[in-house]
Amino acid sequence: MTYKIAITSGKGGTGKTTVSTGLFYVLTKHLKYSAQLIDCDVEEPDCHIFIKGNMDKKLPVNISIPVIHDAKCTYCGICKEACAFNAIVIIPSSNFIEVVEDMCHACGACSYLCPEEGAVTEKTKEIGQVTYYNYNNDNDSFIEGRMHVGNALQTRVIRDTIRHTGQQDIILYDSPPGTSCPVVATVSKSDYVVLVTEPSPFGLYDLKLMTETVKILGKKHGVIINKSGLDYKPLYDYLKEENMTLLGEIPFKKEYAKEYSKGNILPESDNDLANNYKNIINRILDGKTL
Amino acid sequence: MGRPYEIAILSGKGGTGKTSITAAFAAFASNTVFVDCDVDAADLHLIFSPENYHHETFPSGAKAVIDPEKCKNCGLCRKLCRFNAIEEIKDAFVIDEFTCEGCGLCSEACPEGAITIEEYEKNHIYFSESRFGPMVYGKLGIAEENSGKLVSQVRIYAKNIALKNDSNYILIDGPPGIGCPVISSVTGTDAIIAITEPTLSGWHDLLRLIEMTNRFHSRIFVVLNKYDLNEEMAAKIEKELKKIKIPLLGKIPYNETMIDSLLEGKSITEYKPDCDISVEIKNIWEIIMSKFTEAKKDKA
Repeated sequence: MTYKIAITSGKGGTGKTTVSTGLFYVLTKHLKYSAQLIDCDVEEPDCHIFIKGNMDKKLPVNISIPVIHDAKCTYCGICKEACAFNAIVIIPSSNFIEVVEDMCHACGACSYLCPEEGAVTEKTKEIGQVTYYNYNNDNDSFIEGRMHVGNALQTRVIRDTIRHTGQQDIILYDSPPGTSCPVVATVSKSDYVVLVTEPSPFGLYDLKLMTETVKILGKKHGVIINKSGLDYKPLYDYLKEENMTLLGEIPFKKEYAKEYSKGNILPESDNDLANNYKNIINRILDGKTL
Repeated sequence: MGRPYEIAILSGKGGTGKTSITAAFAAFASNTVFVDCDVDAADLHLIFSPENYHHETFPSGAKAVIDPEKCKNCGLCRKLCRFNAIEEIKDAFVIDEFTCEGCGLCSEACPEGAITIEEYEKNHIYFSESRFGPMVYGKLGIAEENSGKLVSQVRIYAKNIALKNDSNYILIDGPPGIGCPVISSVTGTDAIIAITEPTLSGWHDLLRLIEMTNRFHSRIFVVLNKYDLNEEMAAKIEKELKKIKIPLLGKIPYNETMIDSLLEGKSITEYKPDCDISVEIKNIWEIIMSKFTEAKKDKA
């Protein structure tokens, strides 16, 4: 059985990538699980900085966007009417029609509904890439989704990336920050959601938003407090009130910040932390056999 | 002074200090309208404690709904849907509401007229007053979408207020990343202040942000936050920025006073105006001001 775990946080910079790569390291090196890490933060994918593998293969993430042929277009306006994303501009009096590619979601409605044969065709546009890395002599254990700079369809790139989910025992999705569509695209395909937070008013506020999101999606979840040390009572009170599972705490240490800054995986050089991650994994799996 | 200058605070990577620094600038930014465009996780109001005087809802997207009574299970909708948002569960076709983007193709194509499109209005815009001045912020409904359009609308409202008040500046606290809400936060601004940190991830993400902003006319400046967590990396970033000719406005040290100020619901410049962080942030703000004065002279 494959158990899919999404690592999320409402607030950015709480330590999603630190936790994802730390869990991946301990799962594969210490616990000998078969695991796969998928970097779903396609706007700013950073796992590759920590999991140093060689790029094995790159696959394009393509969408099909419309091309409107003036000669065959009658400027009837059906395509514009159908476009839910306001991506088609028509000025019939000037025989002007244009696709605003940046607004287009590539749904295909215009080309399907156009009554004129050959007036709307489609072309392929590459909006991102899925990269397989070779890590530990395994070319299927670390995958990254990356949106090409300048695009706005991050959710599409995430969905394409998630399709590469393998058959390993445990799958880790490193999610983007926030609580909206890109996060939902990641979380909705998972079995368990790890909410990474930090002991600060911002951390708590955004944890509450993210908790609402996972509840709406009906996902099992637990909290990791990263950069802990500051006894920020409202956070602990919230966890108690909401009866949330505290999976573990990772203390704030300047050495950790420094190791992170250099792209090092923290539990690689710190046994206490490796044990900490083992406990977190046990709490996530909660007696489940894979 | 005519049109207000619009400045967006961005970072690429999350958690580099966008919101704390925006709030810290607020102490010096007189006659300014503040905007929180991180609509997924809007936090600026936690420091501003603004009083809302007006609230509006905003469309949060549309979803298809299949009427099982009318559906004849032909499967055309599923075949046409490019988002793979239609599932066949126990011989019935259902929409996965978290995947559907509301494009409406299935509804147009369904030969039985069994599919309707439901519009939702679960996003919010708040108009408020704070001790720093007017503030407008957006809040996305839980698990909702349409963040790019919400950001654009929040900015239009902020600009209207700025024009009415004859404000000097519009200061935008932006979202992390480089996707649609960031693009909407950048479009039409005069300047971008990118907050980064001395980490490989911070640098990697900043480069993608810089590349994204190249297509806009905004000038981009960098602030290096928590620079002393890795001074070697900070020096490297400083050198690289020089190479690509992007001005570094200043380097802010790491100091736990920053967190203490948040716990008090204050910006660092209010909480400890004389601490090293506040002094540096004041310097940075003055440099930004001087850039705009230069720009104005150039125009004249």
